Amino acid sequence: MSSGTSSSSIYVLPHTVEPNPETGLFNAKLGIWLFLASEVMLFGALFSSYILLRVSSVNWPLGSTILNIPLGTLNTMVLISSSVTMVMAWASLKMKDFGKFKLYLGLTLLCAFIFLIVKYFEYSAKFHHHLFPETSTYMAIYFTLTGLHGIHVIGGIIVNSYLWGPGSKMWLDQPERFTNRIEIAGLYWHFVDLVWIFLFPVLYLL
Amino acid sequence: MDAAHDVKKEVRVYLMVFAALAFLTVVTVLVSRVHLGLAGNITVALIIATFKASLVAGYFMHLISERQVIYALLTMTGFFLVFMLILFLGSHHDPITGSVYYVPQTVSHPVH
Repeated sequence: MSSGTSSSSIYVLPHTVEPNPETGLFNAKLGIWLFLASEVMLFGALFSSYILLRVSSVNWPLGSTILNIPLGTLNTMVLISSSVTMVMAWASLKMKDFGKFKLYLGLTLLCAFIFLIVKYFEYSAKFHHHLFPETSTYMAIYFTLTGLHGIHVIGGIIVNSYLWGPGSKMWLDQPERFTNRIEIAGLYWHFVDLVWIFLFPVLYLL
Repeated sequence: MDAAHDVKKEVRVYLMVFAALAFLTVVTVLVSRVHLGLAGNITVALIIATFKASLVAGYFMHLISERQVIYALLTMTGFFLVFMLILFLGSHHDPITGSVYYVPQTVSHPVH
């Protein structure tokens, strides 16, 4: 490092707004897709486990006889709604409407909390009926898959809450970079929705 | 101005995708009540789920118009995902006794 270079210019993150010429993407976008690829493998391993456990079992219960279909359907609708409000939050920033962005990201957070509250009631009902992970192979994979998914929902809530609250100050001085951050958070959130789209029929309906 | 106009057009697409996802969720629940046999019900449910996932990935995650490097990354991920699935299902096969699939002899999982 030359002595004439200021410390602030040394540590500036590259390609936060302008695309990296090597990839055609800003760096964080490639980063989130790499992370999502690892997430595909994580959930893929658990879905593979589910298939193996199911085909190896002589007595696999129908999910609909154990789980609450209306609550599962409600949660699916809630998560789909949160996905559309998330993408609308990003679109609002693209249209330079910060007020609408706050509204849509706020609605996304509200949907995420509703999802977790419904899940809490579902889990409580199972525990009340003495259905625990050790009860059966089906309950074990149900709690593992939905529990891991729930942790991802909580992770999304933490990130989105930051971007809705203190993190949104970036809009004032670096609007494009902030818009990119929302796009990245959105990609993660849509992935969480995408996983649930498979979990719902596999665990609840089949 | 043009960019904002493009985004407005995209917003209409997002709302249509949302309607399609909500509709398909209802279809998934209704179809699961029709007796098509276990294999039939699983096939139909997974086809609908895959279509819904494609809508989310294609439009909400903008994969329909993404850079080549992302497609390359996802192709590689898909390859490893399928490879892993084959490994898992391969463990269902018993290589010692030949091409006979393992069948559990006792029911060890109480059903509630």
